[in-house]
Amino acid sequence: MSKKSFRQAINEAMRLEMRRDPRVIIMGEDVAGGQGGTSGVVDAWGGVLGVTKGLYTEFGPERVLDTPITEASYIGAAAGAAATGLRPVAELMFVDFVGSCLDQIMNQTAKFRYMFGGKARTPLVIRAMFGAGFNAAAQHSQALYPLFTHIPGLKVVIPSSPYEAKGLLIEAIRDDDPVIFLEHKVMYDDEEEVPDEAYTIPFGEANLTREGDDVTIVAFGRMVKLANEAADKLERQGISCTVIDPRTTSPLDRDTILDCVADTGRLVIVDESSPRCNMAADISALVAEEAFDALKAPIRRVIPPHTPVPFASVLEALYLPDAAKIEAAVKAVMNHKVTEAA
Amino acid sequence: MQIARETLLRSYRAMRTIRDFEERLHVEFATGEIPGFVHLYCGEEASGVGVCANLTDNDTISSTHRGHGHCIAKGVEVSGMMAEIYGKSTGVCRGKGGSMHIADFSRGMLGANGIVGGGPPLMCGAALSHKTLKDGGIAVAFYGDGASNEGTTLESLNLATVWKLPVVFVVEDNGYGEATGSSFAVAGTQKDRAAGFGMPYLECDGSDFFAVYQTAGEAIAHARAGNGPIMLHVHLQRWYGHFEGDAMTYRAAGEVAEAKRDHDCLDLFRKKVTEAGLLEHAELDAIDEAVRDEIESSVVAAKAAPLPEPADLLADVYVRY
Ligand SMILES: Cc1ncc(C[n+]2csc(CCOP(=O)(O)OP(=O)(O)O)c2C)c(N)n1
Ligand SMILES: [Mg+2]
Repeated sequence: MSKKSFRQAINEAMRLEMRRDPRVIIMGEDVAGGQGGTSGVVDAWGGVLGVTKGLYTEFGPERVLDTPITEASYIGAAAGAAATGLRPVAELMFVDFVGSCLDQIMNQTAKFRYMFGGKARTPLVIRAMFGAGFNAAAQHSQALYPLFTHIPGLKVVIPSSPYEAKGLLIEAIRDDDPVIFLEHKVMYDDEEEVPDEAYTIPFGEANLTREGDDVTIVAFGRMVKLANEAADKLERQGISCTVIDPRTTSPLDRDTILDCVADTGRLVIVDESSPRCNMAADISALVAEEAFDALKAPIRRVIPPHTPVPFASVLEALYLPDAAKIEAAVKAVMNHKVTEAA
Repeated sequence: MQIARETLLRSYRAMRTIRDFEERLHVEFATGEIPGFVHLYCGEEASGVGVCANLTDNDTISSTHRGHGHCIAKGVEVSGMMAEIYGKSTGVCRGKGGSMHIADFSRGMLGANGIVGGGPPLMCGAALSHKTLKDGGIAVAFYGDGASNEGTTLESLNLATVWKLPVVFVVEDNGYGEATGSSFAVAGTQKDRAAGFGMPYLECDGSDFFAVYQTAGEAIAHARAGNGPIMLHVHLQRWYGHFEGDAMTYRAAGEVAEAKRDHDCLDLFRKKVTEAGLLEHAELDAIDEAVRDEIESSVVAAKAAPLPEPADLLADVYVRY
């Protein structure tokens, strides 16, 4: 056990799995960096934000492959390799770049298993960073997990802390289905105690980061931390919250969400992705259908507006959910007065 | 080669403006006041300016993540660009785009682009408009050696040929895509790629404004005359990291220093025009001074400019909704 950053935890997960299984390989743009450079320094970058640093040095060019800037071909190649005996972890850098290779993910990889009558096995992990907060503007800030969640055949993982990231990534690498593993870019320097050895966290099992009686908050990725911040503050004001981190949006731990809503009767969902057809909408539908009678107040969603992510800091802050907005939503559901129909 | 005095003065000023703009951003970025990612075009000025000196506002260009130089070369106003990079409401995109998304349709500048390979298909479309509307304009897609490998780029070479579109594909080859050398990432040659699509190919030294101006002039004349697309391969060196903050450990010690010493497009320009008696040192010095003032005042204005209003968040997602 030692303090590790989100970045280190993810790096360690890949390193341990590469040591354990020679079929695990890494590929992506500048995952080593420096190939074809004039200084002769390889492993010059270790990924654009340093997440794969050192893997090339330990495992060499046959297992850590730099790619040209050609997402359609290397993401597709990773899928093809996964279907034929390797276990690739392909880095897409910014998840926004999925626009350049969506066919290989959506029409190819995701459908193999079903379309081929259960014969295919595609142990592929696609890692990508997502999310706003870096002033990276409209093409480098999206939270596209609903896009992947929408596609049957893909599993979608959103770790909310370094500990979660390591266990979930090892699980993803050992999983035999294609997994989209999404890392919030603002979290790479977050630190916490993380075991040194390998461990796994199963998919489809939500984590309750706190339990309370009044309101259930469901949050994803970085939003889990913000939800807990808001819950701390609310606690001091006498409002106790359960915070659910579903960990994976596909599969989704419906039971835990429904159980908690049955207990608290109030639900706030915090989702950083564009609001139409996002996870907040999905979970709202689930709860409206399955737990209608338990609800003491309308469901509240803390979500961005239906706009691209703006560049300027003031606008980006306005765009994003934050602890204050979560706190306000919780208070709104607490203050809801049931009006009896005449 | 005959170049109008006006063109020489304007081109020198544009190159100097780009240099000072970028050098100033390099300094300002280090203070932490500039948000987001910034990719500098220093060392590559003669490419954008040499190409765009052959264009008018009626012609269309697409740029890349390294877009400030193309914007300035195409006539986008500097103070609006600076304000945009600072995320202010007076920015050319009202603070909503930032460095990687500066665009000015009134200048035929269809945007810097955060997506590698995003521009070439768009320029096929712009060329289709020019051709269909018979407005005499052409389209220029600027893209890097790294972007030359993207499927979108290669498909565009094919589409432009099949549709005989007036597009000039300008490969700005600075030898690197991020930290990876093009000797590793680019298979074959740009020349053979053009040939593979049956497309004519020209190349030039991108530190020599005159070489770029002349070669681009030929390429643009080819496209304007209705002969279909053409590729222009410009050999360049970038002086700073891929983005601000990149330590460039993948480059040999002295590589950038040598580029600055021997291949500075501004030095080479000055030497050439003064030796040939085309312009006086004093004229160039006056431009240097005017540009210094312009950049200074653009930074002062950008810092003082108002932030976007909350209502701006929801504006302009659609024309009508
Ligand atoms: C589709 C896509 N893939 C990857 C990136 C990340 N990226 C931004 S710039 C860049 C390198 C581009 O190299 P090149 O085209 O040679 O342009 P240069 O930076 O040298 O001007 C990369 C990989 C991106 N923005 N978009
Ligand atoms: Mg390049």
